[in-house]
Amino acid sequence: MIWNKVRECESVEKRKERQLADLKDLCSRVYGRVPFYKKKFDEAGIKPSDIKTLDDIAKIPFTTKDEMRDTYPYGLLAVDETDIVEIHTSSGTTGTPVVDAYTQADMEMWGEVMARCFGMSGGDKGDVVQNAYGYGMFTGGLGVHYGAHKMGANIIPAASGNTKRQLMLMRDFKSTILTCTPSYALCMYEEAKEMGIDFKDLHLKSGIFGAEPWSDNMRQEIQEKLHLKAHDIYGLTEIIGPGVSNECENQNGLHVNEDYFYPEIIDPATGKVLPEGEKGELVFTTLSKQGTPVLRYRTRDITWLWHDKCSCGRTLVKMHRLLGRNDDMLIIRGVNVFPSQIENVLMRVEETQPHYQIIVDRGLTHLDEVELQVEVEETFFSDETKELERIKNKLHHELKQELGVSINIKLVEPKSIERSIGKAKRVIDKRTL
Amino acid sequence: MKVRQISVFLENKNGRLAEVTKLLGSNGINLRAVSIADTADFGILRLICDQPEKALKLFHDNNFTAKETDVIGVIVEDKPGGLSHVMEICFKNNVNIEYLYSSLMTEENKAVEIFKVEDIDHGLDILAKNNVKTIGKF
Repeated sequence: MIWNKVRECESVEKRKERQLADLKDLCSRVYGRVPFYKKKFDEAGIKPSDIKTLDDIAKIPFTTKDEMRDTYPYGLLAVDETDIVEIHTSSGTTGTPVVDAYTQADMEMWGEVMARCFGMSGGDKGDVVQNAYGYGMFTGGLGVHYGAHKMGANIIPAASGNTKRQLMLMRDFKSTILTCTPSYALCMYEEAKEMGIDFKDLHLKSGIFGAEPWSDNMRQEIQEKLHLKAHDIYGLTEIIGPGVSNECENQNGLHVNEDYFYPEIIDPATGKVLPEGEKGELVFTTLSKQGTPVLRYRTRDITWLWHDKCSCGRTLVKMHRLLGRNDDMLIIRGVNVFPSQIENVLMRVEETQPHYQIIVDRGLTHLDEVELQVEVEETFFSDETKELERIKNKLHHELKQELGVSINIKLVEPKSIERSIGKAKRVIDKRTL
Repeated sequence: MKVRQISVFLENKNGRLAEVTKLLGSNGINLRAVSIADTADFGILRLICDQPEKALKLFHDNNFTAKETDVIGVIVEDKPGGLSHVMEICFKNNVNIEYLYSSLMTEENKAVEIFKVEDIDHGLDILAKNNVKTIGKF
């Protein structure tokens, strides 16, 4: 099903006209209403009226995650506070979050783009959507929820966890579309096996999986085990949440809802816009978002963009499945984790900077597991096991508080973590995606 | 008198103990008492030896995390009830024991009990008042 044939299948020229009109409007809106952006424009020596073509977007300075944090809570607001109807924040950290504030129009737009994603994934009115993304401040759960509502599907807001109940609901309410992280999908398979449930006997036809990195190998595995067609979805709190792009039935690139989220690929080193087809950092501008519009947000995600004649009929530009990131951010069970956060906790607990290494792997349950290896230094070594156990437990607790994910702590002997010349190798990611 | 104990952090890895004892032996250090406290993924080796300073330096030079701690050494008769008498005194006088291990002094038919208490000076004081003989070296 194509949710919005007019917009999704229109000619590239026509879309560009709309994008340009929206971009101009966006620039004058934020210049007039958001001091943060006015300052950016002024410092770059440009006025909204300087944006005459889509290519002129390159004149506008980038926005970074740090800047979005620095403007917490309402520094990027482009409407009156009373016009905001919902707030979401970035996941995971207890540090200053990134805020997404939605007006009623933004909520409509979010539902629209998510409904399109459902359409791309073979969904339609009459489907039963089992939503196993986390609900709450995290955009994943509610974003999917609004899209399913917009489409007119029956939605089961199961949220993440409680796998036995998930499977029971899936069986009894004959869920046809599953939405969750890809690793949780495989986790469900394991649990189903134990419960004696065969996915062949269930009614799932499609899955919309995202919020963490995965690969075509993992897709094959999920499709075989869960007997459904697995689609990749992409989104981020800074832009809207889920719904930025999604794979169609061809499973060959994610169609970007570019009439709302204007994508660019830049050279991360120079900031120069790269031509279509070249690999680089993905940058987004929210063309029509009202509450907290974002201009040229640097996602740090590495991919490339291309147009092709997709047999699904959509003319929306495609982005390749993410190839990686150009910073050291890790995505653990859908939560963003920076090694620097782990360092801060170590510093706080030990009052020292021990040598450490983070090892990420997928365990038997297929869920991300993180082990933090910390070299035991004299400053906190004790002749009593209970003292070392206390430090371990404290680290575990503080990391859970800070990151929102559980990390196993392993105390190791000094010099047992490999030293590398220059920048220390802090992260070993063994996840075979 | 206090006994100088060296404790060493060890990961639970095959052959680790063999390496440590070899290191001490090949450097002429004689062990008098040894114990290991183990957890799921690491252990703490505690030892009393004839040359604590040399042993500590050796460990540091070989990238081990090691430290010195003062513990109490008590000589008890190698017979039933030998340890019980000392423990009774500790218990009655609120001397809390963190851990304890033993070494036998075969030639004198006596045993040495090594233990760590919360407050070593208080512990030594109580033992002295109760005529329990402590040692510094053995």
